[in-house]
Amino acid sequence: MKKVIVLLLLAVTGYYLVISFMDLGKYGPVVETGVKDFYLEKTVSELHVANTITSIIVNFRGFDTLGEVTVLFLAATALGGILYKRRHDVGERSVLFPSSSIVKSGSKLLFPAIILLGAYVFIHGHLSPGGGFQGGAIIATGFLLMLLAYDNFSVSHNVLSFIESFAGIFFVLFGLAGMMMGGTFLENFMPVGKLNDLFSGGIIPIIYILVGFKVAAELTGLIYTVLHEKEN
Amino acid sequence: MAFVILMFFLIALMIGAAIYAIVQKDLLYAVIATGVISLILSALFFLLQAPDVALTEAAIGVALTTIIFIITIRNTVRNEDKFKDKDDIKSAVK
Repeated sequence: MKKVIVLLLLAVTGYYLVISFMDLGKYGPVVETGVKDFYLEKTVSELHVANTITSIIVNFRGFDTLGEVTVLFLAATALGGILYKRRHDVGERSVLFPSSSIVKSGSKLLFPAIILLGAYVFIHGHLSPGGGFQGGAIIATGFLLMLLAYDNFSVSHNVLSFIESFAGIFFVLFGLAGMMMGGTFLENFMPVGKLNDLFSGGIIPIIYILVGFKVAAELTGLIYTVLHEKEN
Repeated sequence: MAFVILMFFLIALMIGAAIYAIVQKDLLYAVIATGVISLILSALFFLLQAPDVALTEAAIGVALTTIIFIITIRNTVRNEDKFKDKDDIKSAVK
């Protein structure tokens, strides 16, 4: 009976999906007017940012990015709350077995390189593909590698929460500063510099570095919490 | 033309990995198959000129999600067939 209901629901959903996809190409290219030309033009002429996606995410749609960061923060907080009771004291014991010495030395060798790649990705977010979220996730994978290899590797929750709150507060402060100087939240108020320079794009690199720190701290804390869960 | 063939090859590989993940009873292999799906998806994003999304997918989908699933398997049961009842799984989790 359950299976029949599930199949029925799937069939209905599939039917409507097919219908809506059929309509997609009917009226010609969908996006002909709207803000896309505005974004493309303003990105180069006003903000002097090489990566259009970054300028949209951080500047034109910066408020949405703040929302995304908040969602990630809430998810990490909820997980920490659920696992709080079952967690060991910090650094006491990981749920994993100790690794072999090959894995240990290999991860020790790779760890700085991964952190460097992550930092590069979010510092150069306005010049090349990538940005705060990607760089933060890469840094978190570096910490994950270390946590898997060394069962006594520990990160301080106090430092992580300090970095996280610092980055979050400064994100909002920069947004409010734009409000004071220009008029809208996250309005660019700093000199934009030259196209393709590292110091260009006004507040965009600063915001992305803050987002990178925040995401890295959140994901690392999340992994650490999961890995140090008590077994019974 | 070569591009389209490559795309279809990658998509077919993705579907194959997904089917393997469903059919496979050893959950560790199933999780690795889902990691392969993410990896191919990341390559597809890159081919479709979305390198930003490809980076995210590679970091989150391939590394973080897979590892978290592997940790979960490590703490619960590895074989799907072994435990039929809910109570069995509960006793295995402790």
